[in-house]
Amino acid sequence: MNQLREYYERRELLTNLVLRELRSRYKRSALGWTWSLLNPLSSVLIYWVVFGVFLKVKAPIGDPSDQGNFVLFLLCALIPWNFFSNGVTQSIESLVVNAGLIRKVYFPRELLVASTVGGLLVTFLIELGVVVAILIIAGNMVLPWLPIVVLLVFLQILMVLGIGLLLSGANVYFRDVRHFVNLLMPMLFYSTPVVYPISYVPVNWHVAGRSIPLRSIYEMNPLVHLVSAYRALMYDLRFPSVGSLAYIAVWSVGLLLIGQFVFNRLEHRLAEEV
Amino acid sequence: MAASVVVDHVSKRYRLYHERNQSMKAALLRGRRARYEEFMALNDVSFEIKEGTAFGLIGENGSGKSTMLKCIARILRPDAGSITTQGKVSALLELGAGFHPELSGRENVYLNGAILGLSRREIDAKFDEIVDFSGIEQFIDAPVKNYSSGMYVRLGFAVAINVDPAVLLIDEVLAVGDQEFQNKCTEKISQFRREGRTIVVVSHALSSVRELCDEVALIEHGRLIQVGPAVETIDHYLTEILSIDPATLGIARRSTGEIQLKGIELIGASGVLPGAVTLGESVTFRLHFDALEPVSGPVFGMSLTSSDGVLVTGTNTKDQGISLEIASGPGWIDLAVPRLLVSPGRYHVTGTIYDTTQMTPIHEVGDLHAFEVVNGSPKTSGITSLGGTWRSGA
Repeated sequence: MNQLREYYERRELLTNLVLRELRSRYKRSALGWTWSLLNPLSSVLIYWVVFGVFLKVKAPIGDPSDQGNFVLFLLCALIPWNFFSNGVTQSIESLVVNAGLIRKVYFPRELLVASTVGGLLVTFLIELGVVVAILIIAGNMVLPWLPIVVLLVFLQILMVLGIGLLLSGANVYFRDVRHFVNLLMPMLFYSTPVVYPISYVPVNWHVAGRSIPLRSIYEMNPLVHLVSAYRALMYDLRFPSVGSLAYIAVWSVGLLLIGQFVFNRLEHRLAEEV
Repeated sequence: MAASVVVDHVSKRYRLYHERNQSMKAALLRGRRARYEEFMALNDVSFEIKEGTAFGLIGENGSGKSTMLKCIARILRPDAGSITTQGKVSALLELGAGFHPELSGRENVYLNGAILGLSRREIDAKFDEIVDFSGIEQFIDAPVKNYSSGMYVRLGFAVAINVDPAVLLIDEVLAVGDQEFQNKCTEKISQFRREGRTIVVVSHALSSVRELCDEVALIEHGRLIQVGPAVETIDHYLTEILSIDPATLGIARRSTGEIQLKGIELIGASGVLPGAVTLGESVTFRLHFDALEPVSGPVFGMSLTSSDGVLVTGTNTKDQGISLEIASGPGWIDLAVPRLLVSPGRYHVTGTIYDTTQMTPIHEVGDLHAFEVVNGSPKTSGITSLGGTWRSGA
């Protein structure tokens, strides 16, 4: 509760740090902000060609939207995934990158993590806006579902922030954390139904005469639920399962609490160690 | 009077790592994190700073005074004890620390102001004052990476001083910019004092601490040695810790301290001399110093006093018309003596550094070095040798 109050009290600083993030991001590049749209565009292109064309992954027909376009199917999951992935990898670095600031001035240090997430959130929302526009042009009337999309975005912010707080502090003491996460991120990407539908994951996996409940294990990953919920709302145009939403909420709030707790413990000698 | 800062039994330990690889592999192999030694930077320090006073923290390098200041600024957290402060605290530790090089001066003023706890509206209201104080109106919309270091620091100072702090912490930052800007800073600090704000200063310049502060705390090896009125504490520091002869206390009190004399080496033809010089030998006196900031035109001097207290000889760089520019950091200056012509005995070397006018001492050490002169082939009696050679003329 104290932490929430602190965030609130220093919201102006948070805004300023987010602005710093955004202003400095593309400061000396000719294309500037266009990059933030070119990057997801290029990954969409790659995944579409490789998975949609070469490997012939079929997007399931949207229920009830009747949508069958692989690119739209991809976009609805890839954009939220990018926010997760960039949010985690960049917030891990946020303390080390701002070492100079931490050693010289006092302010609540979690704001550095929060502002990194905040900067990426702005990009995410812009991308999401573009995706919504494309969906509407393609005949998917997503507007009525947007309030629930906003709720999902909110839960995802908590999740990314929680992981960021948890790992950024740890990364100051062990610089390996970042490399470890970079190793883990592609694994997590392919354990989440972004470039393929969840139906491709076998319910049971028969190996050496035994049956492993692969799908149930797979569904323990909260990102599976997160991405599926975005897809249900924007691609299928239906309400995601309440169980999924609850599962995401529990993970998000849990990660945030754990993250903040660990951060508070590690914050003690931050200015000396960073 | 109410206390503005209360330091209550504060201890702070630093970890000195033996190897600085923060890797998980190393930690796993060893079963824990890198080995380290603990070092008590502050050991059970308690004092109170009354509201509206100017308070100085003095002590030698590494005594813990800057650690104390950083603890008050909340940058470091004490391992034991607590520090409570009343009202907004602003620290002039590293000016412009929060600046982002790619952003313009204007954007950085807002950012830095927010870091120091100002709201957007408050910065809007003070913006003109800040820019005016810094004197860089023309460049305010240019990225700060194009600023000179002087402009950078001036803008940083202007922001930090305009946040309306109840407590202002200053760490050796007043020697910034040109003379005119320094005067502006001094004036601003006097204004702070008149307005009844609390000021905490860490400085090596005892003369300015003495001028500015009402109370001073002396910290040595992390322990509080004395706290009390400025004059008494500074004198205690000079006589007890720096072992300065009470006779030269007047000079020591006035010293500004930008350059610190570290010691003298005697260098002969065959290298550093262990402490004995032969009469008539060639010797170079090498004065080692450490400049805390660049100094223009200082005058270095050296004199020899015999063991019975007689001033034998003295010389300084101005006598020779040399004008020096000292960059910050360690350095040395040599006095080459082709033939040392003082009679055998023990001599004490006094080292002095004065400012260019030779009116204000920078640092003076009465007994910087002692050495022995022994008889060589020319023998002499009295206090000096003429260095002459006898020739028969019949």
